[in-house]
Amino acid sequence: MSLISLRDVQFGYGGQPILHDVSLALEQGESLGILGESGSGKSTILRLMLGLARPDQGVVEADGSVLDIRSRPRMQAHRRFVQPVFQDPYTSLDPRMKVRRILTEPHVALDLPGDAGAEAARVLDAVGLPADSLDRYPRAFSGGQRQRIAIARALIARPRVLLADEPVSALDLATKVRVIELLTELARDITLVLVSHDIAIVAALCPRMIVLQQGRIVEGGATRHILRAPQHPYTQRLLASLQHMPEETP
Amino acid sequence: MSLLQVENLRVHGPARELVHGISFSVESGERLGLVGESGSGKSLTAMSVVGLLANGLRAEGSVLLDGHQVIGQSDRALVPLRGSVAAVVFQDPRSALDPLMRLGEQLALPIRRRARREGRALDAATLRAEQLRWLDRVSIADPERILRSWPHEVSGGQRQRVAIAMALACGPRLLIADEPTTALDVTTQAEVLDLLDDLARDEGLALLFISHDLPVVARITDRVIVMQHGRAVEEGPVGQVFTRPQDEYTRGLVAAARQLETAVRGMR
Repeated sequence: MSLISLRDVQFGYGGQPILHDVSLALEQGESLGILGESGSGKSTILRLMLGLARPDQGVVEADGSVLDIRSRPRMQAHRRFVQPVFQDPYTSLDPRMKVRRILTEPHVALDLPGDAGAEAARVLDAVGLPADSLDRYPRAFSGGQRQRIAIARALIARPRVLLADEPVSALDLATKVRVIELLTELARDITLVLVSHDIAIVAALCPRMIVLQQGRIVEGGATRHILRAPQHPYTQRLLASLQHMPEETP
Repeated sequence: MSLLQVENLRVHGPARELVHGISFSVESGERLGLVGESGSGKSLTAMSVVGLLANGLRAEGSVLLDGHQVIGQSDRALVPLRGSVAAVVFQDPRSALDPLMRLGEQLALPIRRRARREGRALDAATLRAEQLRWLDRVSIADPERILRSWPHEVSGGQRQRVAIAMALACGPRLLIADEPTTALDVTTQAEVLDLLDDLARDEGLALLFISHDLPVVARITDRVIVMQHGRAVEEGPVGQVFTRPQDEYTRGLVAAARQLETAVRGMR
């Protein structure tokens, strides 16, 4: 059974169609990359998966049942099942809260078992930040560290699925590589859905991928196969547009 | 004489120094990349060259643009240099263009200014012809529609092409491009890089290209300066710096860039 699936989903804002006939299934342990350019509808897919929006047609299923976003108990369970990480670590953390509160609040809000303080310490350790981070404000941290805090917050609920929207796009190169390493490590236990415009990030993190163009899935399958032999002209164009480092001469 | 000669440039912020004495030169037709991560001072360095530092920032040292000192000059004295010697293309064409002015009117501004500078009369028909010529020069397919459009009505790539057309219409010899493709989609980025490459070659433009993206810099420049915390840590031909980096910081950057690339290459 899939963790999350979209079946024949249509979605639009104010009569403007965004997604056409989107079907996909996220399997346990097979992180999925959603590759697309701006306006392709990739973030909309995440919104549907998070239950922040309802498809106009088709269904979203999660954890074995249809996601009814009007049902409070269903959504409460869903919030424990999936957790998001957003692009910009400067706006996704409340600047007035110390890290301790940022990390204990979801514990209370989601009515999770166990001790909130101990859980905060656990996730902080999982993302590689020192324990004394708890008593500091977000402003005391660099962009990469803030993104680690945002990831830690997502881990509080012990979700089965982590939905990450361009999680490293706003980070500097070296920081980016380190956060990718962290996500790679986390993806051993949590299945990742990664939305990105950056093929390299998808290739680094996701064994499976779909390519989205103007709200349609134009290609999907094993990342390895798609990168080696892209079938759709759009995927071919994306790959041909990549810029490269100069070859290292032996 | 170099087209651009920067000597011991320092940029002071309100509380501390942000660029700590950088020196370099750009010759006619040469393409220099300034590479670094956020906060490295690369954009401050580039903006100092045209005297466009934000309020509260102050440059010190010497910047000779075609032999004219930029540091300490009034805006009035710099206006003739901006455009005729150096023009700038910014990262975000959405904020670089006036949202309340049709693209055609915006493009007319540098064309009129250049005509005035060169003492040429510019009637409506000539202006129109020049607008269309510049849009054609930046490979815009439907120039008539673009001229009538507001900035928000066209795509990010088209906005950036119009911004490039405006910069070129000034007739500069040095184009300063500050992360000009960072806000663009991958496919559009490749097209805009091709365009800048062609334009620089055809117009004999020198290029000062600022970016955090190493592969993009490798694509477009010949020589590169790597900046960290307001200092130049390494300089040399781009092929050499990106394959045999000497400085420790550069080595880290290059390794990170290669690691990302390997993720894609390893699978192909």
